[in-house]
Amino acid sequence: MASVEFKSVTKSFGDFKAVSEVNFNIGDGEFVCLLGPSGCGKTTSLRMMAGLETPTSGQILIGGDEVTHLHPKDRNIAMVFQDYALYPHMNLADNIAYPLKVRGEAVANRHGRAREVADVLKIGHLMDRLPSQISGGQQQRTSLARALVYPAKVYLFDEPLSNLDAKLRLEARGFLNHLQRDMGMTAVYVTHDQAEAMALATRIAVMDQGKIVQYASPIEIYRRPATTFVANFVGNPPMNLVEVDGTQAGGQLVLKGEGLAMAGLPMTDAIGNALASSSKLTLGVRPEHLSLTAAGATNSISAPLFANENMGPESLVTIDRGEGARVTARIFTDDHLHVSDQVSLSFSAEHVHLFDAMGKRIPAVGE
Amino acid sequence: MNLTIPAFFGRIAFSALAALIGAVFALPLLWFLFAPFNAQAQMGLAVPDPWTLSNFVTVFGNSYAVQALWNSFIQATGGVILVGAAATLAAYALSRSSVPGKGAVTYVLLLFSSVVSGSAAMVPIFLIISAAGIMDTHVAVILTFAGGLLPTAMFILRDFIDSIPKSYEESAMVAGASPVQAFFDVALPVIRPGIVVVVVWSFVNIWGSFLIPFVLLRSSDNMPASVAIYSFYSEAGTPIVTLLAAYSLIYSLPVVALYLFVSWKFGFRFFGGIKA
Repeated sequence: MASVEFKSVTKSFGDFKAVSEVNFNIGDGEFVCLLGPSGCGKTTSLRMMAGLETPTSGQILIGGDEVTHLHPKDRNIAMVFQDYALYPHMNLADNIAYPLKVRGEAVANRHGRAREVADVLKIGHLMDRLPSQISGGQQQRTSLARALVYPAKVYLFDEPLSNLDAKLRLEARGFLNHLQRDMGMTAVYVTHDQAEAMALATRIAVMDQGKIVQYASPIEIYRRPATTFVANFVGNPPMNLVEVDGTQAGGQLVLKGEGLAMAGLPMTDAIGNALASSSKLTLGVRPEHLSLTAAGATNSISAPLFANENMGPESLVTIDRGEGARVTARIFTDDHLHVSDQVSLSFSAEHVHLFDAMGKRIPAVGE
Repeated sequence: MNLTIPAFFGRIAFSALAALIGAVFALPLLWFLFAPFNAQAQMGLAVPDPWTLSNFVTVFGNSYAVQALWNSFIQATGGVILVGAAATLAAYALSRSSVPGKGAVTYVLLLFSSVVSGSAAMVPIFLIISAAGIMDTHVAVILTFAGGLLPTAMFILRDFIDSIPKSYEESAMVAGASPVQAFFDVALPVIRPGIVVVVVWSFVNIWGSFLIPFVLLRSSDNMPASVAIYSFYSEAGTPIVTLLAAYSLIYSLPVVALYLFVSWKFGFRFFGGIKA
């Protein structure tokens, strides 16, 4: 196991900067998820760790050694590909044992070791099959077995669960989580699924347009998103963002917006600084922190009902403030709400997130 | 059957016409199957009476004819190995690496390839081979065919390799394989069906070609079967039908056998691009 470090790494494809000036380090034994929408540079970053892409500039270190221009075979890493990349002409035993074959292990040894790993992953009985003769879930575990069959410094995962159906994905996710904590391996995991990142990672690097927007623990990212982009990306459903007008009155911050009724918030220096450049602020409240309330209550937001989706244990109640500005609440309710009914959703002041006109988080009191 | 009378006769007329066209195409094939076994074969179609192998005995007694089959085999096999190996490596490089203008290169080569093995370039080819001092050798024929067939073979194979995910070789290299190991262990087996298509296609092309060996070879010891068939004509230019028929059948068997073998072993697949 080893650490990984990026020192102002940039990767350009022509004029397009896929990754720009990225700095971060991954500690030994950490499970880091690179999270972001497609095209944000997360897969390119992973491929540069693997040596499948060469950075345009900057340095990459694995275990303290510079590997920026090293061939993938000389990095001693393991990688699970999104399409699994199982060799169609080899049976499972040969597929899993291939890394040992290129390391010059004897046939008996490498098949024995492959079988051990396959047994752990519950595909030991399929060793004679070809990849085309097994199910998608089994193919996924085969590619995982091939990565685990030899001791690597870092394990790289490129959206390994995205081709599985929902149930298998949950199962594989739990297994991966257990395996990583159990082995203490250093893992880097690329995903666009925030739930996967939250469930697996010890730290998440949220990426957007080739840059890391926030790099922190899942709970930190959930509780204190650094920007509106992170707030809107993490959470299911993501955080509600409401554009508001902020003014200072009597030592308090007063927020005004369509359908919004709020008591003043305590002023801080940070809020003062934000207001100094623009009165346009963004108010963020997570869907799980909203509840149904009577019309006109303080700290509430009211608008006609857009949709009420019953998910079983909870409902997603969405109201429409006009021009597509919608607010969704996750609530436990059996109430019969009708489309276009006026609905009020309330929240407590401690659950309020504030962002300035640039979308940057304004630290709350005590942050 | 609730056909109206005109529709009924229309259908009969159509079937009759189709049968007639079918017969036109079937008759030469039938002749091709019957004549070799007929000691008195003529240009006309006749059922052998009695069936005999005497024509084959005569053909195999003719050392020139047998040598020609062997020559065909050498030239076709040599050409296939050269085309197969060079096209595989070139197509792999064109598909996987970022050579600037690689698309243009392939298309220009493709354009010129039809010229190289075509009759238009016969004089320059003759001069080049002559200047190279390899006139009247198998190598001359093999090289000329390789030059003519390579671009199309590369084109077919590049298309094929483009459709294979890069992640195969990438996963091999991450697992510790060198690029050469990744190519032989992983890429080559996966692109084998494409190579087989190219191999069969070039074998058939060389095996059946007349003009190039006829021009580039001088001595009868080097002539392939396609040219040797020409020797089953009397001095006056009339064909010796019995021998011609038997030899033609033998001559076509390797190609048929190759097709059967390949379709049994690999199944035939053409991927995009050109079907020659």
